[in-house]
Amino acid sequence: MSDIAAEPEIGLAFRETGAPVADGAFRVARRGRVERTRRVGFTFDGKPYGALGGDTVASALLANGVHLMGRSFKYHRPRGILSAGSEDANALIGTSRGPGRFEPNTRATMQEVFDGLAAESQNRWPSLGFDIGAINDAIPHLFAAGFYYKTFKWPRPFWHHVYEPVIRAAAGLGRAPHEADPDSYTARYHHTDILVVGAGPAGLAAALAAGRSGARVLLVDEHSEMGGSLLSMPEIGIDARGAWSFLAETLAELASLPNVRLLPRTTAFGYFHQNMVALAERLTDHLASPPDGAPRERLWRVRAREVVLAQGAIEKPLVFDGNDRPAVMLASAARTMLNRYGVLVGEHPAVVTSHDSAYATAFELADAGATIPVIIDARPTVEPVLLDEAARRGIAVATGHTVLGTEGRMRVSGLKIAPVTGGTIGAARAIHCDAVLMSGGWTPSLHLFSHTKASLVWDEDLKTFLPGQSPEACVTAGGGAGHWGIAAALEDGARAGATAAAKVGHLGRVHDFSVEGERVETGATIAALPSRGTRGKAFVDHQNDVTAKDVRLAVREGMRSIEHVKRYTTTGMATDQGKTSNINALLIAAEALGKSPPEVGLTTFRPPYTPTTFGTFANHHAGATFEVTRKTPINGWAEAQGAVFEPVALWRRARYFPRGNETMREAVARECRATREAVGLFDASTLGKIEVVGPDAAEFLNRLYTNPFLKLAPGRCRYGVLLGEDGFIRDDGVIARIAEDRFHVTTTTGGAPRVLTMMEDYLQTEWPDLKVWLTSTTEEWATVALNGPLARAVLAPLVKGLDIAADAFPHMSVAECKVAGVPVRLCRMSFTGELGFEVNVPARHALAVWEAIWTAGQPHGITPYGTETMHVLRAEKGFIIVGQETDGTVTPDDAGLAWAIGKTKRDFVGMRSLARPDLVATGRKQLVGLLTRDPATVLEEGAQLVEEDARPPVPMIGHVTSSYWSETLGRSIALALVKDGRARIGETLYLPMPDTTIAAEVVAPVFYDPDGARFHL
Amino acid sequence: MVPTMRQEATMLLIHCPYCDKTLPEVEFAYAGEAHIVRPADPAAMSDEAWRDFLFIRTNARGPHFERWRHVHGCARFFNAVRDTVSDRFLATYKAGAPKPDLATLLAETERAR
Repeated sequence: MSDIAAEPEIGLAFRETGAPVADGAFRVARRGRVERTRRVGFTFDGKPYGALGGDTVASALLANGVHLMGRSFKYHRPRGILSAGSEDANALIGTSRGPGRFEPNTRATMQEVFDGLAAESQNRWPSLGFDIGAINDAIPHLFAAGFYYKTFKWPRPFWHHVYEPVIRAAAGLGRAPHEADPDSYTARYHHTDILVVGAGPAGLAAALAAGRSGARVLLVDEHSEMGGSLLSMPEIGIDARGAWSFLAETLAELASLPNVRLLPRTTAFGYFHQNMVALAERLTDHLASPPDGAPRERLWRVRAREVVLAQGAIEKPLVFDGNDRPAVMLASAARTMLNRYGVLVGEHPAVVTSHDSAYATAFELADAGATIPVIIDARPTVEPVLLDEAARRGIAVATGHTVLGTEGRMRVSGLKIAPVTGGTIGAARAIHCDAVLMSGGWTPSLHLFSHTKASLVWDEDLKTFLPGQSPEACVTAGGGAGHWGIAAALEDGARAGATAAAKVGHLGRVHDFSVEGERVETGATIAALPSRGTRGKAFVDHQNDVTAKDVRLAVREGMRSIEHVKRYTTTGMATDQGKTSNINALLIAAEALGKSPPEVGLTTFRPPYTPTTFGTFANHHAGATFEVTRKTPINGWAEAQGAVFEPVALWRRARYFPRGNETMREAVARECRATREAVGLFDASTLGKIEVVGPDAAEFLNRLYTNPFLKLAPGRCRYGVLLGEDGFIRDDGVIARIAEDRFHVTTTTGGAPRVLTMMEDYLQTEWPDLKVWLTSTTEEWATVALNGPLARAVLAPLVKGLDIAADAFPHMSVAECKVAGVPVRLCRMSFTGELGFEVNVPARHALAVWEAIWTAGQPHGITPYGTETMHVLRAEKGFIIVGQETDGTVTPDDAGLAWAIGKTKRDFVGMRSLARPDLVATGRKQLVGLLTRDPATVLEEGAQLVEEDARPPVPMIGHVTSSYWSETLGRSIALALVKDGRARIGETLYLPMPDTTIAAEVVAPVFYDPDGARFHL
Repeated sequence: MVPTMRQEATMLLIHCPYCDKTLPEVEFAYAGEAHIVRPADPAAMSDEAWRDFLFIRTNARGPHFERWRHVHGCARFFNAVRDTVSDRFLATYKAGAPKPDLATLLAETERAR
């Protein structure tokens, strides 16, 4: 190291890479796997660049000398790539693939270049080179660990108006797209004997051993090309041929096996129970012109009998001040750029390492024409063979050194290094360089393994976690299990593949690979390189901008577990889930706490392994197939009449039927008048219907509902209230006894499945002795409701086999008869307060009966009405709607339905709870009516009620549950739940609104015909 | 029913003791803790005893006796023993069948692995 020229610490003449570089100037001849003859063009931030087939955006930019690719999350620091794979934390870009096809936060190292690709940098304004947000870098104390909890707190109004919007605008990653996604996505299930995740040496050997045995094998890899580290190590020899020949022959053999399937560009992103692994296959993101209608991505749900996880290991960055500048990268990234893409990441790259593996990279770059100014090794001694190889190439090795900082703004231009002797940092020296390649050793990639709730075991020799026990049928092979090197990975992978084959009943043979050109590499683990504790930033988590100082600060401020350190500093919480940072954060926290790393713990990895599109999850469940829309048989008629519809549960219901240019309020007022004064026609088909049949049907309903049903005579109907065992209202509806052993039970529109489930539950598990049969008949019966004083006049001429005169067929009767020639179940009942009939018609005849009634009603001024008018009319009568007047905490007494409780019943579902102390205490909210002081004011549903017209805070004593303009009364009305409401009738309460306070009188909840005389017309 | 993200990521395979088939989780619905019998005479119960029946549950970490319903199949409710840590089903059995002995069940599961 004597030949490193000593330079003064201050006033170094560093180069900046500012001038445009010629296209492809950093492409190295005869290196890489890119297609030399296929030239493609793309743009980055609007500037056109040339690239070669097989390039990623990152490799193409580096080939053009562009290292600055983005700005960091918090400090807006200039950044280039950190790694060359999916774990890269820095080079996130936006990509456009045509109109509506913009995607943020794409890894430049994974996005394949195609002709016409438009890529852009992120998190900078106005430009990547000049970014206003970089001011954050100068005021780091505002953004230190836990800054959310410390700074920007006072004065209080500033949070909403200043801090939050500004921080939100300045922090963050890419911008979300605004347009609907025009792409389609697809999904499929797959069953296989053996799934192999990762097609590096271990995965290939596993797939080969398992595939040759005859077992069904699925091999997946997230890259466009299979091979993993072999793609970056052509100089290794395997079985007496080059690594790339071996790779080509192996892939060809696998492809030729009918029982083996290969899926490149496919990320195994989640490992779920019972060996189900979810894959996201990228189908078109690499194509300049995808075939018409081709899905963009495919979700695979793979159920495998055995899983081999061969995801390899991720190189660990070293932690030193300025380890984030563009062109500071992992050594493996430089090796991949050279060997896979034929790109030299720098002409003078310096190497900083604590592990042997960076030497091979240094030597390969030197052999490819780079001048390595120095290899800085944190270890005091290094194997002589490495020193010899370095000396042979004229590379200086500075052992026992640390890096105190880096120089350069848009690209690293130098290093400040110093010897460390016995923990003391010596005199610093400067090194010129145009790239820094670092290696802190390797971390097994255990993400998917962790998804299985597997245990991890700390290995004190390797200073890393290794796979322990998993509850799933899986094994980790190769680098993921701590077997560094190609030979070890091949051997371990072959063993894993053969073992998996044996487990599924095939005879797997282990092939012995002979590997040349590789030496066993070792290294030392260092939490952070020694520093002088200056103002520099030594990054641990590059994507979330967390520094070593932040982690130490978190420990000083009381965080003891890595889970707390993580949440306090946000380390490992970015979109890369800490692939390159978690281990360093743990090592630094453990050092600060004076504990061993396993005592401090490791945070949990969760799916997805890498960010996965919403489209993949949604796949076919988008647009028209997003959810079911249920339509009644009257839907088409209502459409033809110009109805306005609304969704109710999964149903599509006519809300109102405007005529001409009527507004909703005008239409509803007209529909209300017509129904109160003449006759209205309403489609009630969406009501849930359950046929309850059997000798014990009455006993069953008597046990379930609050009301008595044993003595309800056939031909009669009764309003029923259903509670949960907790005593709160769950549902209501009219129950008609068709015969001694047969009931027609109706439920709310949204409650039908719930009620049937509850009935089945009690019948199957609590009262299996009851002889009852339940059938959902919601869709078998359509329900035509006819309401108004002229309802009988319209209906009577159509009825055969029944006298529907007032006395012969009184209110709450049911009978089977014919209407317009169709057999129906006719009920006399009313949800409007008027004389009412509900005609239950077999669905296929519903439209005919509806039209017959419509025609017959013409002379009487029959008017169709929708759900809005239905709501107004029932509110005028004080009828509740479950889910509107109730919220799961309302008892029958609260809702004014105490009358519906069978007085002589000893038990029904929920009865015991009605006597619980809290349910009989005073102060419960009760249903009342409200009349605003100004009759023109229609209250807002959900508005809170208070006792005094005073400035908040004042106690809230209730809320408005329903509120309408009542055409019948010529004023507004509302229903409300109010604390001790019934005792307050006659009092005035207040509703504070943003701009005013509204006064309203508490009244009884029945506004219209309180004696019910009109039912009986 | 509306498909949900949860259903998209459905993972468990569940054995229906009535159909005698092992089927995907989408066909089933969870239905709370098992072996909680509705008291024969609720009116005779103290407030505390009724509260316990209503609300107090085992909340087990580990093997848990629970109910499932094969709602999109035979629609029957049945009982299951599931480990709440691993989500592994140790057994499923018909409603009304006796509660299996946990120690025996765990020993059998261990042997099967």
